[in-house]
Amino acid sequence: MTIPARLLSTALALTLCACSRPHNDLTFWAMGRESEVVAELLPEFERTHPGVHVSVHQLPWTGAHAKLLTAVVGAATPDLAQLGNTWIPELAELHALEPLGPRVQHSVSVQPSDYFDGIWDTNVIDGVLYGVPWYVDTRLLFYRTDLLKQAGFDAPPENWKQWRQTMAAIKQRAGPGHFSILLPLNEFEPLTALALQQREPLLRDGGGRGNFDSPGFRKALGLYVEMFDRSWAPLVSEAQISNVWDEFGRGYFAYYISGPWNIGEFKRRLPPERSHDWMTAPLPGPDGPSASIAGGSSLVIFAKSPRKEQAWQLIEYLSRPDVQERFRTLTGDLPPRRSVWNLPALAADPYARAFRQQLERVRPAPKVPEWEHIEDEVKLVGELAATGQMTVEHAARELDRRVDAILEKRRWILARRGARG
Amino acid sequence: MRPNLAGWCFAGPALVVIAVFFMLPVAAAFVLSLTDFDIYAIADPANLRVVWLHNYVQLLRTALFWKALGNTLYFVVVGVPLSIVVSLATAVLLDSELARFKGAFRTALFAPVVTTVVAVAVVWRNLFHARYGWINYALGAVGIAPVDWLGNPHWSMPAIILFAVWKNFGINMIIFVAALQAIPRELYEAARIEGASATQQFRLVTLPLLGPTLLMVGIVTMAGYFQLFAEPYVMTQGGPLQSTVSALYLMYEQGFKWWSLGVASAVAFALFALMLASTALLLRATRARLAAWGG
Repeated sequence: MTIPARLLSTALALTLCACSRPHNDLTFWAMGRESEVVAELLPEFERTHPGVHVSVHQLPWTGAHAKLLTAVVGAATPDLAQLGNTWIPELAELHALEPLGPRVQHSVSVQPSDYFDGIWDTNVIDGVLYGVPWYVDTRLLFYRTDLLKQAGFDAPPENWKQWRQTMAAIKQRAGPGHFSILLPLNEFEPLTALALQQREPLLRDGGGRGNFDSPGFRKALGLYVEMFDRSWAPLVSEAQISNVWDEFGRGYFAYYISGPWNIGEFKRRLPPERSHDWMTAPLPGPDGPSASIAGGSSLVIFAKSPRKEQAWQLIEYLSRPDVQERFRTLTGDLPPRRSVWNLPALAADPYARAFRQQLERVRPAPKVPEWEHIEDEVKLVGELAATGQMTVEHAARELDRRVDAILEKRRWILARRGARG
Repeated sequence: MRPNLAGWCFAGPALVVIAVFFMLPVAAAFVLSLTDFDIYAIADPANLRVVWLHNYVQLLRTALFWKALGNTLYFVVVGVPLSIVVSLATAVLLDSELARFKGAFRTALFAPVVTTVVAVAVVWRNLFHARYGWINYALGAVGIAPVDWLGNPHWSMPAIILFAVWKNFGINMIIFVAALQAIPRELYEAARIEGASATQQFRLVTLPLLGPTLLMVGIVTMAGYFQLFAEPYVMTQGGPLQSTVSALYLMYEQGFKWWSLGVASAVAFALFALMLASTALLLRATRARLAAWGG
């Protein structure tokens, strides 16, 4: 390259940098509601860290995944991002994320022991830590206390046997047109949560094959299908329920498996006369309280970031219990740290209590890049079984067949890695 | 030699653009369809395997691929004729000498074409709602039981077709209006003097003279309808029970949701072959008819 050409390209590169982002701007990609709210937490960070300016980019959840992968391929990743924790295995596989283990070891504010184990674990891929949990998500029971009482029960069920008894009793009282539980057919979470309660892992051979044709999963799918067979649950998807809060208030169903955001929604949207007729309870397990999904978002730093130190300072700031408490009041998101749960506001909330108990027992989904595709198949095969187009045994075998096909490439990769050492 | 050079100079820029922005990507996509390109290959090119025709063979063995093809054909076979009939009917009405406020009606009927799919899909989702939607309300008024439009696998595709036809008929309508205006009025006058009824005039004068336009509209509409994607994407996400998964929707899921770009490219080429075959078939079938009409 001649000198003028080199000058020209440098000048060009400089102008390009100048228009895309000012220097020393920490770029932070966030999604959905969190991306709108986090801006309110940043002035304090910028005040205590002079010279660092954070620019938040808002991504819609539906487009975020494609945008992240495109950014990795095009080497245009931000400094740090909010990441749904099921996306971590994929981005780790792409070597796009910075391992955070050493930084956490020297950190005063990020204390792994303060985090719920199952949630923390979703960020650890093959022994390497890639993210710090920001907020958590899990599924448990929302239920109508009055309907349960009318059916003759004072307390929510703790195991599947009691759960079945209550559903049968509620359905018997309610009659046709009303149901015991709502399990929208377009959601994979209820069935996945039941499956995570089993002793057998969902994948075997190091995530190379499906393990759905196992006694445990058949038991979980069996309960799921039974709820539809006995008309305890209506055969509907989310789109056919115009408004879950209205229908819950009307008693269309008594149990609803859902997540933390619905605490706020139910408080806001239920009619006043119903406002004391509902509560949350941990998800009943096969033989007593058991696992559920370990969902939520983590904060990650990208391997290509030139400002990792500042990015880590921002993660530490956002992980501080007092900042997390402010974040919770702004979004309603539940915090991943026990110390935040011990603060008076959250400790006093009766609706959040069941979440605290459930979060101590959450289990991560298998950490393979293909998991979201597998989840989709779990949902589809669950729908086939629920609508009676497949028996439970047939569905379990079919799911294994489909999942094994999805994981074919992974088996080849694992075999090659094994051969190399 | 001279005239040749001049010709190349004129065609050159266009050819370069077509080569760079069309031929090259298509060739690249074809090469991609012979590999198992996925996120592992993005991580490390050594993870890329050349699988030759395996993606295609595997597709032919996948039930969902056939289902998606079936859904797409359903949409094309019902949707294209329906769309053309509606466009032609509205065009004839607009062209009629009895019609008043032609400008206003033309604008109103064309309006759906310029709306965004996502915005009107929200409106139509509410219209289609099983318990609270206006369509079922209207059906109820004439004694028809409510239909679970978007929740019942038998009704989801008809619902998508209705929505797509409403959204797209305006553009063909405008083309037909222009073609109708080009038909000399004397022909109708002559036909009337000969004692032809309105139906006879339409069948023997209008249709034959619209022949070439009909063929063009048919081909363009068919090519467009084969690429069904946005409607199921915003209305049903392919559900219920995958009854609205189209070939292109399958490609999107494989390519941009699961990042199996090799398989997605194979789907794209399979769809391309299908579209090419159906267009050739349509051309051949109509050419004979056009010759008979003398068009």
